Amino acid sequence: MSSKKNNIHSFFSELPKNIFSGFVVSLIALPLGLGLAMASEAPPISGIIAAVVGGLMVSILGGSHVTISGPGNGLVGVLLVAITTLGIQGAYAAIICSGVLLILLGFLRMGKLADFFPSSAIQGMLAAIGLIILGKQFHIMLGNKLSLDGSVDYLLAIPETIQGAFTYADSGLTFAAVSGVLSLAIMVFYSKIRNQYLQLIPAPMWIVLLSVGFSYYYEIVLQQPNPINAMYMISGIPSAQQIVADIPVPSFIGVGSLSFWTSVLALTLIASIESLLSIKAVDKLDPQKRRSNVNRDLKALGLATIGSGFLGGLNVVTVIARSSVNVNNGGSNRSANFMHALFLVIFIVLFSTQLTRIPLPALMAILVYTGYKLASPTLVRKIFSVGKEQLLIFFTTLLVTLFVDLITGIIAGVVITFIIHVLVNKGASFFIRNFLKPNVLMFQEKENGNYYVSVKHFCSFLNFYKLKQKLEDVPQDKDVVVDFSMCQFVDHTVMENISGYQDVFAKRGGHFEVIGLDLHGTDSKHPFALRKLIPGLKKKRGALTKRQLTLQEISKDFNLKYEPEKLEDIRFLDGFKHFSTKQIERLYNRLFNTENTFKLFDIKYSEGEFIAKEDVRTTMLHIELDAAIPRFTLDQEGFLEKVSSLAGFKDIAIKKHADFSNRFYLRGDDDLAIQHFFTDTLVLFFESNPYYHIESNGTSILVYSKERVAGVKEIKSLHDFGKRLQNELLLCTQNKV
Amino acid sequence: MNQKNFNTIGIGVTFSPNLKANICQSARLALLFKASLVLIHVGEASKEKTATFDSYLAPFLKDGLRAKVVFSPGEPVGAILESVKQNGVDLLILGALQRENFLKYYIGSIARKITRKASCSVMLLINPSIESLPCKHIVVNGLEDEKTPLTISAAFFVANALSSEKITIVEEVYNTDIGNVQDDKSLRKSTLLKEKISRREDSRIQKILEDIPQKHKKNKLVATQPIFGKRGYSIGHYAEVARADLLVMNAPKASGFWDRLFPHDLEHILTELPTDILIIQ
Repeated sequence: MSSKKNNIHSFFSELPKNIFSGFVVSLIALPLGLGLAMASEAPPISGIIAAVVGGLMVSILGGSHVTISGPGNGLVGVLLVAITTLGIQGAYAAIICSGVLLILLGFLRMGKLADFFPSSAIQGMLAAIGLIILGKQFHIMLGNKLSLDGSVDYLLAIPETIQGAFTYADSGLTFAAVSGVLSLAIMVFYSKIRNQYLQLIPAPMWIVLLSVGFSYYYEIVLQQPNPINAMYMISGIPSAQQIVADIPVPSFIGVGSLSFWTSVLALTLIASIESLLSIKAVDKLDPQKRRSNVNRDLKALGLATIGSGFLGGLNVVTVIARSSVNVNNGGSNRSANFMHALFLVIFIVLFSTQLTRIPLPALMAILVYTGYKLASPTLVRKIFSVGKEQLLIFFTTLLVTLFVDLITGIIAGVVITFIIHVLVNKGASFFIRNFLKPNVLMFQEKENGNYYVSVKHFCSFLNFYKLKQKLEDVPQDKDVVVDFSMCQFVDHTVMENISGYQDVFAKRGGHFEVIGLDLHGTDSKHPFALRKLIPGLKKKRGALTKRQLTLQEISKDFNLKYEPEKLEDIRFLDGFKHFSTKQIERLYNRLFNTENTFKLFDIKYSEGEFIAKEDVRTTMLHIELDAAIPRFTLDQEGFLEKVSSLAGFKDIAIKKHADFSNRFYLRGDDDLAIQHFFTDTLVLFFESNPYYHIESNGTSILVYSKERVAGVKEIKSLHDFGKRLQNELLLCTQNKV
Repeated sequence: MNQKNFNTIGIGVTFSPNLKANICQSARLALLFKASLVLIHVGEASKEKTATFDSYLAPFLKDGLRAKVVFSPGEPVGAILESVKQNGVDLLILGALQRENFLKYYIGSIARKITRKASCSVMLLINPSIESLPCKHIVVNGLEDEKTPLTISAAFFVANALSSEKITIVEEVYNTDIGNVQDDKSLRKSTLLKEKISRREDSRIQKILEDIPQKHKKNKLVATQPIFGKRGYSIGHYAEVARADLLVMNAPKASGFWDRLFPHDLEHILTELPTDILIIQ
């Protein structure tokens, strides 16, 4: 009873944050929804309808916590085929049927469906979708609407379009192309500029705002018509009344045809895979570390898809980019998804005429960027680093998808993966003999309560679900040992998933260890980069850069050791709020003392996923303390902090130091302890010294200033500040005792 | 509780490279169990054959082994089963074969058929040896089954005879019992359920253990271990992981056509033979 009350209480106390986050998400959902719908050659509003219906229904019925639902980019290719073959009304019927199938998948507990596909094949498929989106929209972005046969033809025509863009006779087209290129530039450079005011509005919304502003500038200030060719403006955004009046009637005439059901199957397959992958990725970002009920989510998504289809909207799926924006902006429960839908409704009701001022090329630039992200060369390089055969799987899936279609593509990916596995093991009988065997054993060791999982025979995408089922049964704050020593063959899909589990367990306070793979690398010629994904393999030491040499020098002055290589064990950063929604990728260039209690280091981490992913490199100082102190974060108080304090983040005031409270933004769970901890001398210390972000996780503190790597001089002053802070805290804790 | 004892041990012998090892091993066991040994050979009697058997048995006869050789010509499965009945054999020993170049064992189709049909207990040896090897750790199933108490008491009897140091009783917990984990809520539920089942199983086993005579439990480490996996299969996997020397199991229920097609229980273990196995009838 009391826990229920607590839930309601925390729901309302977190509501302001979720409203804010829902608002930010709606800013990105609006242009994406319009763009994705237009890329599928559906009416632009259908994307918004999908987002609204999805947001409202999935937030109420779904089983995940911080995901956002709406039209997905993976579906563009399939929807395009469906709409061209069945017509838009037939496509709505297909969407409705795929919703029914999704519900069915949910009831059949097929949340594990996505595990049956090799990860390189899924990546190949997503890359192909990315290329389909990129290839088609690139031309519109440069003001050159084309109508070609296959998605490959669009890609091949790109050079021509680029050449053509310089020779437009019509200045309207040139303006269209310029708006497209500028928008693309905004998408590309947005994450490179770390400015908190700029970052408040997501890049796609900047594009919308700037282009609408541009159009008003011509209309009101210059009193001229918009210079962009009218053919390249968004058309056909109906007002709210029109949407309600013109709800399309789905046509089930094609229900008997083969092409109808191929479309339904493809829609269901891609919608479920995209959703399941997104849910899995978003669960990793959730700061509260809850796990989603995927089957319940599938049912909710299916129901939302049916509703969306009847109202003239596209398929509803869980989307990764918008979800990660949600997490980054403090979304903490499903109300954020609900609010994002409500804000979209408000936008359409209030601004539907303004939306027609957005140039098409600008909108398509967003999609081109999305497509590029799905098929970026970094991805290819990453796959290549895992192994050549993964690249073969990747490209087979990619090419078959591009030249034939999605379903054939993913089947080809599965088949080629199996063929490679057979070749590696020199025979299929090994797989056939052991496929049906229950090869996973789990038990809890009596002595220490650790979970021990032993896997026999082989473990690949074919039977990974068996292992997964066992791993899911383990509370993620416990210790798990997975033993592959009796397993003769482990494939890349499994290794990748296993390393995902390692992340999740580490974040939730558990420990996930993999043993028994050491032999595999040596006694058999297993390729599959088996040990590459397992931490512990050192890279070759390259030549040091100038900065690294200087760091080496100053380390001597400070009596510290210097280590330029990557540090694998980053558990000392667990428990810091700053990293709760971030993925640490690399920690390197360490300066540390002999006890390893005082470390200066460069760190690379990323926030968000997919197109909302931003890489940050910065320099930090970590000091381990002898005594426990309260958990807190201390920031400079700025405009943003004032705003966010309205949205439910509270600032702890220190008595008798109004000036300190004005200048600094202090947060923490235990107000009293923090107020007690911030003594006069400590307050004075912070007031009289240069300003840094400071965070305490209870036993150690983290100090950093900028979201970029510090120069040598800055490192020196950070070091100096850290030393003095350490002394100050030492005095503080000693006095307390 | 009826105490299991083995009075007559039978062994099927053929002229294979393992012959000497098989005979030595079973003769040793017969001595340890204080039982008499019956060598069953499918085929006609001949002088050379008898001479070979006798030469292998000789050292054990000196130690007081009672042994006889039975020749029963005919179709192997039927012939062996028939001799088992006639001679009142209550433990039949069968040797496994080793897959070429693999550290894997399997039993031939004949031995498999015998295992299924035998009315007495069956012991499958994967690695018979001429020298005596210690049997340190015995794993026994603790299934909720009417045969289990008998099996466990037999395991203790064997452990006592072989002076094993450790016995682990394995309780298998099935997925169907602990529900499906879908999110945090169902995980908590299933974790609690798992603990509850483990406790319940444990108390059931403890009750069985109370009935085991003290002298059999002396100097032995008795452990229980709940495992989560597939019935009948995972215990073999566990025995392998725990490096057990002998796995003691209940005799299977009658296996029909479907069981053969969708192998379960014993069938899995017979295909993979993780350790020596004793099937108690």
